[in-house]
Amino acid sequence: MPATQVAGAALLRLATAGSVDDGKSTLIGRLLHDSSALFDDQLEAVAASSRRRGHDGIDLSLFTDGLRAEREQGITIDVAYRYFATPRRSFVIADTPGHAQYTRNMVTGASTADLAVILVDVQGGLTEQSRRHACVASLLGIRQVVLAVNKMDLVGFSENAFDDIVDAFLGFAAGLDLDAVTPIPISALLGDNVVEPSTSMPWYGGPTLLGHLERAAIGVSPARPGGARLPVQWVHRPQPGQPRGARAYSGMLAGGVLRPGDEVVVLPSGTRTTIAALETFDGPLAEAAPPLSVTVRLADDLDVGRGDLIAAAGAPATVTRDVEAVVCWLGDRPAQPGARYVLKHTTRVTRAVLREVVSAIDVNSLVAAPAASLAANDLGVVRLTTADLLALDPYADNRTTGSFILIDEASHATVAAGMVAATGAAELIDLTSAG
Amino acid sequence: MTTAPVEPAVVDHLDTLEAHGVFVMREVAAELDRPVLLFSGGKDSVVLLRLAEKAFRPGRFPFPVMHIDTGHNFPEVLEFRDRRVAELGEELVVASVQDAIERGLVPDPGPTASRNRLQSATLLDAVARHRFDACIGGARRDEDKARAKERILSFRDEFGQWDPRRQRPELWQLYNGRVRPGEHVRAFPLSDWTELDVWRYIEREQLDLPSLYYSHRRTVVERDSMLMAVGPFTPALPGEQPFEATVRYRTVGDMTCTGAVRSEATTVAEVIAEVATSRLTERGATRADDKFSEAAMEDRKREGYF
Repeated sequence: MPATQVAGAALLRLATAGSVDDGKSTLIGRLLHDSSALFDDQLEAVAASSRRRGHDGIDLSLFTDGLRAEREQGITIDVAYRYFATPRRSFVIADTPGHAQYTRNMVTGASTADLAVILVDVQGGLTEQSRRHACVASLLGIRQVVLAVNKMDLVGFSENAFDDIVDAFLGFAAGLDLDAVTPIPISALLGDNVVEPSTSMPWYGGPTLLGHLERAAIGVSPARPGGARLPVQWVHRPQPGQPRGARAYSGMLAGGVLRPGDEVVVLPSGTRTTIAALETFDGPLAEAAPPLSVTVRLADDLDVGRGDLIAAAGAPATVTRDVEAVVCWLGDRPAQPGARYVLKHTTRVTRAVLREVVSAIDVNSLVAAPAASLAANDLGVVRLTTADLLALDPYADNRTTGSFILIDEASHATVAAGMVAATGAAELIDLTSAG
Repeated sequence: MTTAPVEPAVVDHLDTLEAHGVFVMREVAAELDRPVLLFSGGKDSVVLLRLAEKAFRPGRFPFPVMHIDTGHNFPEVLEFRDRRVAELGEELVVASVQDAIERGLVPDPGPTASRNRLQSATLLDAVARHRFDACIGGARRDEDKARAKERILSFRDEFGQWDPRRQRPELWQLYNGRVRPGEHVRAFPLSDWTELDVWRYIEREQLDLPSLYYSHRRTVVERDSMLMAVGPFTPALPGEQPFEATVRYRTVGDMTCTGAVRSEATTVAEVIAEVATSRLTERGATRADDKFSEAAMEDRKREGYF
């Protein structure tokens, strides 16, 4: 771990997708090992474990070994989070298993990621699983993908073998909403192009995986730059002796920039007012941007509560009770028209009825086909009606005001992850089936 | 396809972590009826208190602060706890392991045995008696492989158990804290922080810590390659030779299971330099409770541990 980081060293969140066979655990182990994120007691534990299992040397994949229940069954249950830092940046890796309940886990890991690393075994070629990973990344709004072509040592570090995979992937990805695909030939086992540049692939002139991660853009760039969005999370009541109008509203900025004097609209009521002040525990701010948590005072004494959205007056969100969305179904019981759920959107919790299942989406191609219900791990388009008005944006424009979850009213389980459709599911299908 | 997106304004990673921690605090306070903040006096819970100030000042905290007192605490930590809570003017709830032993809730393991595992039963008893529905804790995912799979809002059933197979999927920042009576959630605002992040934040915010986090002279014995303090509840065992050493603590837990490390670091900056070059994890270096097996933390978490 670095003792010093450059001023303003930022945090990059990435999701890794791929199966054990692709060498994903070895890659993460290599990244942690070569960036010195591992400690002697961890190395010692893994060395002992490697010896017990009859490996020569250290099996890097054991660094990401999880729970006892998983070791006993040789499976990965869930998304695991790993941390490492370099002098330039801090990193959070959402490590998503490739097989069991893959869609649910990949969607979860991808929902907070700025970038996805899709791992492909150069010997196996581009598989259905690789395509699925690219589709989920695109669907969840990740615009930057690293195509890590692994096991280059097993094909004699062949440039042709690498190019074949890259060509196939780029051909497929052209139909997806990805801004940047960065292909990198690596050997996780030997360390080539992970942290250290490879000496075996002089034909490759690009960055190492870590080198790229240190420079990749942070945050996801929306399809259209949007106005300020502040979902009200907490209302500060006036302190004793303060007038009623001394209320202030806190939340985490979800879009745009807020400054004192900005004209805003409170949704869903539609009341217009002006930002009087931006405050924090540490004092007033001249401006605030995502993902900061701030407190605002408004120029007028309004009735604003948790769940309301303070939005730029010139670029308000859509206020509606009718929502069309792509959902990833997570619940054990299938999605059926007429079913009622609790819906959480930003900081608002309301009730919703599932009016209609419009279609199911093939996770390997994003092509939609008519469907009547959705089972666990299915993706599809649904229409919902909510009890309260929501102030929302298309997910492509804003990941926060464009996402929601559905919760089972009885068990309280989270049963669906939803992404608000752009301007109707029909358009989404046209857009994605082109690829 | 090939044009790189325009990079948004870069936010410092400590600001990002802080903003998210404050967000989690406010979500828990808004969505649950009776939350409580777990305060051990350790560095992570000191950071939690600062995040609570950032989330709720100038108002009061919308929850009390609770300490699980094993009866084997370092005196410096108890002194620090009382001083810090008094400075904040907040309510302190103390749930005592000794009290739980006297009430027959948990068996008495003897005067010098570790009371680490008894904390789980004591905590769950306090949760039930106060009808708390959320416990805000300072656990971090980088501490242990069982913690690496923990949710930020982590569901506990009516027995206080964590079931890694039945965790709620956690997407975006849409936390589902809904519980039925008797159930509760654990909330971990520091999930994405590393040990070094915590120390850098302590430096930036100039947070006060119990003195034992900094280098001092102490009488210790060497046990299982750890330095254990010698005191009333932690006598030297037969064959052990007490000696004075210059040490500090990297974690603060029960005296019977928390070891010290040799250190000359007397300031936050010196501690950061030391942590950054340390070759041992903080739990591996200083916690006897995690040394029993590969799955020690996993087992304790299932029982309701922090």
